[in-house]
Amino acid sequence: MENIEKATIETKINTNKPNMITNTSNHLLDLDDLSTGDIETIFSSTNAMKEILNRDIKKVPALRGKSIVTLFYEPSTRTRASFEQAGKILSADVINITNKSSSVEKGESLYNTVKTIEAMGVDIIIIRHPHSGAPYLIARNVKASVINAGDGSHAHPTQALLDMYTIINHFGSLKGLKIVIVGDILYSRVARSNIIGLTKMGAEVVICGPHTLLPTELLNNHSLLPIITPFNSVRVETNIEHAMADADVVMALRIQLERQSTNHLPSLREYSYRFQINKERLNLAKPNVLVMHPGPMNEGVEISSDVAHGPKSVIEEQVSNGVAIRMAALYWLSSPKRLEA
Amino acid sequence: MGEKLVLSKDDIDRALTRIAHEILERNKGPKDLVLVGMRTRGAPLAERLGAKIKQFENLDIPIGSLDIGLYRDDISEGINPLVQPTHIPVDIERMKVILIDDVIYTGRSIRAAMDALTDLGRPQLIQFGALVDRGHRELPIRADYVGKNVPTARNEQINVRLLEIDGKDEVVLLRLD
Repeated sequence: MENIEKATIETKINTNKPNMITNTSNHLLDLDDLSTGDIETIFSSTNAMKEILNRDIKKVPALRGKSIVTLFYEPSTRTRASFEQAGKILSADVINITNKSSSVEKGESLYNTVKTIEAMGVDIIIIRHPHSGAPYLIARNVKASVINAGDGSHAHPTQALLDMYTIINHFGSLKGLKIVIVGDILYSRVARSNIIGLTKMGAEVVICGPHTLLPTELLNNHSLLPIITPFNSVRVETNIEHAMADADVVMALRIQLERQSTNHLPSLREYSYRFQINKERLNLAKPNVLVMHPGPMNEGVEISSDVAHGPKSVIEEQVSNGVAIRMAALYWLSSPKRLEA
Repeated sequence: MGEKLVLSKDDIDRALTRIAHEILERNKGPKDLVLVGMRTRGAPLAERLGAKIKQFENLDIPIGSLDIGLYRDDISEGINPLVQPTHIPVDIERMKVILIDDVIYTGRSIRAAMDALTDLGRPQLIQFGALVDRGHRELPIRADYVGKNVPTARNEQINVRLLEIDGKDEVVLLRLD
């Protein structure tokens, strides 16, 4: 009897591969689903959202009556808090669920947790999960819109959007800018989504890090990639001094102590010695270079404290743009008219 | 399917001249006035009215623009996914705000605009002007200043074209079959 029940449940779970998904337009899973026009629409709306954030009364009725659940299976400060803030400013009702304080602790599967949430009539599910692809599994099985707030080492689209928006705010456009991403590229969802978005909008992307933390297909030969991907046009450097030359933007990534990163490095000290973004290395970039970091920072490891808090750093600006970009993303996802455009 | 001309370039200009005078007359001069254009086409109309008032009174009055996307009551019916920034250069507290739009139809946009405006402060009063009133109100709302009343059927459409956005000035009536 138990076996039969289990079998019927499994047939109900749609396990198609991510690229088999037909209706991605209802969700925000990664930037490869968005056109340049979609990205520009979100950026224009972000300007309007920033104006709201500057008001005395930060509240507009745009998403009144919509309910949003943030479902976080990994720790997070800025992403979860900024999604909650964004939803509340737009008048949506926001419910926060974390794995530590929910039935997930009792062993409930991701599928069943999400089905329970859906049964309560939720419109948007914002999920962070340690396993790459988890948001895709959910998107295929619920009617609600799904936003990927970071899945394993795969994607983090709203972080990439806010990084791109921050750069555009300073340079006016991304076209032709040289953007250097330094650190753990292999396990970084921020790097992957940024590479897709930045190249889509016309920037030149250089990635730099130790061999062990670069994806091997990029290290060897681009022509080995099975299909044309945004990664074909990415330049790979293992020497930080070469990478930094004439950079418009330097993005330092966190050495992810909770993931495998540490096993790929002889020591954190060696990493700092060879790849830390410090004052001397920053002098090799263009004079008006921007320093970025998706946070949280390991100050003194991937970035020196004086650079992180120095005049060229826009790290705090990234955080404040995070709320506006997430408001724009929530609003964009809730307006059906974008599907006709 | 043909377009019928409702207002020519000169008609639009004359209507705006009259509205500018009416605004000044009703409010006993330009004191405390703020013109706020509703995006998209209300914004250039507010600019033009501002220029006319400057011409008559030799005084610059503040001009703003308002995006009502976040205040509409029909989000599930398909609103524009793009919101543009709202910009009003002065504090509207105790000011006389004149909202300007190109067309008044159901009245729902004005309702949204008034909500948007009152979130920014408490004006002394709000008045509303439109270049064209095409009827079919769904809310108890009327315009204080109207360029032209154009009786229409529901299956007709009023297209306002303005130099700043569409490259020419005209208002046409279209039948959608």
